[in-house]
Amino acid sequence: MAMLETAADPSAFAADEVQASSPHAVTGYRSFKLGAFELSRDEYFAHIQWPAKGETRSHLIPVDAFLRAMMRDVAWGFFYGWVNFDHVIGTRNYYGKVDLYAGTFNGVLKAAGVNYTENFETPKIMATFKAILRDWTNATFDPFAAPEETGSAFGRKNGDNIEAIERFRIATKRMPGLPDDSPLRDDLPVNRQFADVSQEEPEIHAAEGFEGQLHAFSLFKYLSRSDVTWNPSVTSVCKASLFCPTTEEFILPVFHGNDRIEWFLQLSDEIIWDVGDKENGNPRARITMRAGDICAMPADIRHQGYSTKRSMLLVWENATPNLPQRYESGELKPYPAEF
Amino acid sequence: MSTAAIETVFGSLENYSKGSVEIISGKASHYAFSNIFEVAEKSAPYEKVIVGLNLGYVIETLRAEGQSPWFTAAHDEFAVIMDGEVRVDFLKLDEPLTDGEGTRLAGEMPLGKPMGYVLLKRGHQCLLPAGSAYRFDSSRPGVVLLQTIRGPLSVVKWADICLK
Repeated sequence: MAMLETAADPSAFAADEVQASSPHAVTGYRSFKLGAFELSRDEYFAHIQWPAKGETRSHLIPVDAFLRAMMRDVAWGFFYGWVNFDHVIGTRNYYGKVDLYAGTFNGVLKAAGVNYTENFETPKIMATFKAILRDWTNATFDPFAAPEETGSAFGRKNGDNIEAIERFRIATKRMPGLPDDSPLRDDLPVNRQFADVSQEEPEIHAAEGFEGQLHAFSLFKYLSRSDVTWNPSVTSVCKASLFCPTTEEFILPVFHGNDRIEWFLQLSDEIIWDVGDKENGNPRARITMRAGDICAMPADIRHQGYSTKRSMLLVWENATPNLPQRYESGELKPYPAEF
Repeated sequence: MSTAAIETVFGSLENYSKGSVEIISGKASHYAFSNIFEVAEKSAPYEKVIVGLNLGYVIETLRAEGQSPWFTAAHDEFAVIMDGEVRVDFLKLDEPLTDGEGTRLAGEMPLGKPMGYVLLKRGHQCLLPAGSAYRFDSSRPGVVLLQTIRGPLSVVKWADICLK
């Protein structure tokens, strides 16, 4: 995940606050209550219900897409800003508290007043999301993988895949491979779609007395061995400037609306980004990025990427605290440069 | 099923294909869209052109060709080689910079102990540690991406490099 690692994993704190039903007699899945939200799944869909205008409102998401989205939200610790699972459901991170919303950032539903938002302490919503992922992810399905790499999310309850959803979180302090920092990936296999990527490491010739003080590694080799898709992970730290490259295949499982500007640099192959208005979802642009292209994602948009071949993407974040307030107050413009 | 081999497409100075911004509403310039190979193609050797700017932090593209000056900074910087082959020599400075931000020139013959060198090819990433001086060397044109903070050597030319 793409933040400086300062806080301990909060998920363990609130496991006792998870409100889960007993397994459904037919499907075998539990349903969950989170405030006034109710979340359940069947053979094909995740069902989300909430109250608005004195009635119960509901929304369905295909369960494979739902689990991929929830996997990212959990792995990223709710990330920066808005994580839209689709055009209706999503979370907004307040870094300690998190909103879960339905329709609040959909122009039509918001105007109709049928939207609903509820704010939760991060440990409570994290513990509930993790419990949902554990219960709803079957043995056949890896929600971190691209569709060609994993099996089906559909059908009645059929085992679990705890290993896939509990992957070790990597925190990089300075650069992978340094002593006391995150490891390189020499013991992970090269992904099938990066089979042609050179595995040669740089040559390091330290002078006598400076052994271990020069540091370099093959970033492209490291990325070729990434075992997950759409998961920005830190590989270099220059104060609050974080390089967070990731390997991308199929569709970014969320529509990310950031509370700050971020930048993308396409390292290999091609991604197409759908860009929409952050508040109401109206389409704004469609951006095609090929190797070497770099572009800003302004702070007032949401974006979702499509990558046919597994590709290497550098996501560049500024982890400075208090940026959301500075953008919201208008002190900072939503785009990076005027020319 | 096709048996065609997987091909990972990287860019280079001689072979890149710039993408596009299709606007539905708003301005293309708000995305500050450029291609680092095109930027390096049109830059002087080791000109530090800002291609990404985030509240003082920058990503710079440098055309690697011949020998660079000695650079230094009061904080860590990182280089990723995007094309070509680059040697980086390091000096442990006798009097390292301790404050200020961004890359500075370290002078013609900075005083310090040689720390050694690294040989980098495409896709290789290197730490440029705070307090050291470093110098790039490249026998044929290449492209370096630098993660640093905006400094006196940083060149801004959005209008020349970005889609509008």
